[in-house]
Amino acid sequence: MRLSKRSAAGVLSAPWWPGIAVRGLTVSPVWRRRILAILLPAFILLAWAMAARLAWVSPQVLPAPGAVLATLAELFASGELADNIRVSLFRIGVGFAGGAALGLALGACLAFSATVRAYLEPTLRSLFAVPTIGWIPILILIFGIEETLKLLIIAKAVTVPVTLHTADAIGRTPPRFLELADVLGLRGWARLRYVTGPPALPVICNGLRLGLSSAFIALVVVEMLAATEGLGYMMVWGRTLFQLDVVIAGIILVGVVGFVLDRVLSHGMSRLRRGGYGVG
Amino acid sequence: MAWAEPGAGEDRQVPARVQNESEGRRRNAGNVRAARRRVLPWRGAVVPGVILLLWFWAVDGGRVSHALLVPLTQTLAAPWHDPAGQQIWAAAGISLLRMLAGLSIGALLGVVAGVALGLSATARTVGSPTLHALRQVALFAWIPLLTAWLGNGEAAKITFIALGAFFPVFLNTEQGVRDRAVVYQELSAALLLPWRVRLRQVVLPGALPAILVGLEMALLIAWIGTVGAEYAIGTGRGIGAFLATSRDQFRMDLILLGVLVLALVGGAGFAALRGVARSAVPWLKQEEAK
Repeated sequence: MRLSKRSAAGVLSAPWWPGIAVRGLTVSPVWRRRILAILLPAFILLAWAMAARLAWVSPQVLPAPGAVLATLAELFASGELADNIRVSLFRIGVGFAGGAALGLALGACLAFSATVRAYLEPTLRSLFAVPTIGWIPILILIFGIEETLKLLIIAKAVTVPVTLHTADAIGRTPPRFLELADVLGLRGWARLRYVTGPPALPVICNGLRLGLSSAFIALVVVEMLAATEGLGYMMVWGRTLFQLDVVIAGIILVGVVGFVLDRVLSHGMSRLRRGGYGVG
Repeated sequence: MAWAEPGAGEDRQVPARVQNESEGRRRNAGNVRAARRRVLPWRGAVVPGVILLLWFWAVDGGRVSHALLVPLTQTLAAPWHDPAGQQIWAAAGISLLRMLAGLSIGALLGVVAGVALGLSATARTVGSPTLHALRQVALFAWIPLLTAWLGNGEAAKITFIALGAFFPVFLNTEQGVRDRAVVYQELSAALLLPWRVRLRQVVLPGALPAILVGLEMALLIAWIGTVGAEYAIGTGRGIGAFLATSRDQFRMDLILLGVLVLALVGGAGFAALRGVARSAVPWLKQEEAK
């Protein structure tokens, strides 16, 4: 207050008020942001801890934050967590690889051949219109609840966005580029590498990223519905035994693993784009 | 489609420009092939037609028999002649109502949160990290917790659907409000409009296209969430429960029927919403064409 009055009066000399106190009064914008950002999580955590401590709700319904943390640590120490995450990551890896390969191939076929597009596109679009959740009962009857089911469901979830984005991306090459490529006589690999590829890559990468996020959602669903191990199963198991600390720990883990997967993929993509092509 | 949220992870996320550009390309190409395709639209029907004929010939004709290979006619007749199949009508209606309940709650909260966070930088700093952290969790991971807290009835299902519908509406609304044109902000400030008028006359109309895009995505997620929740929880009625029961009874014909209805109702709902949105916001079409 004093400071502003003095400066308003045009006093240019150093403030007589001690420097520390001035800094204590005016919070820098960075710190203001940090404090504000932490406000809501801190409040939620506090309310949660108080609700648990003061037994507003039974600990069975809302385990204390400490209990969830302890459960996480215990799951981690016993190796159970690592096992479950390994199983889930394996499923994601295989399903994503298969689904992405199929999606890239389908998308390329649709984009390069008008005939294929005319014959297949309506069928594919109607199949794609069936959400993943609809495929689960069909595939359960055919394949049971074995590993095949999970991999197929995850692959399906990946194929849809990858196909659509790939077909769109390749079809989007500017006609002038294509004309130039014709003039230069570029065919096959060279054409893909220098003409069709570079402008398509960012969109395809987007498709892959969407695919991975769909794959992760599909993984959680299919593990919850039909599995005996994996992250999703761990949560359902915690729910069945009414161990909500396991369930909440599972939610946190699902969030973290999903986030990390997305980060890793988009980091890899941006490296590929920068390393492989000059064109973004 | 600048507001599209890439991580939402629902199945049919084709950016609107995808379709527009491919249409444009088709027009630009203008070659013989394109012309022939327009003349011969039946080519898209060849593959499904062959599959259906093969199905009819092999299974209905009794040439192949397996518990999973149900006759085509039986599947198509199920909603009329099969006592278990007749329940699909009620199931679809109940699922639709349930989705609408969850969607309206989620979308309303999403618009409120989006407007608040879009208008105020402070609100954004406070709310954004928490909401984005919650968004990281794959939607279906909430089901065990919600059923533990709210039971297996409507409360858990509708909360789950609302949760799924909330995020796309919230994200798009926030973006739409933040992207509102500076000129309108300056104008409304210069005119000293009261905040209520500002909200109704400036902020909401400006964000409406973005809100509608969010609503379309929310509808898809809510529909998947509805059927998924019914299927996972398995109690009560609805298409998801219908599918779960048919699966337990090993009735492939009913499952195929349920999945068909699931896709049709979802698609019809999406088309209806899109139609309403187009007529409510005529400028949306021009914006997309850009």
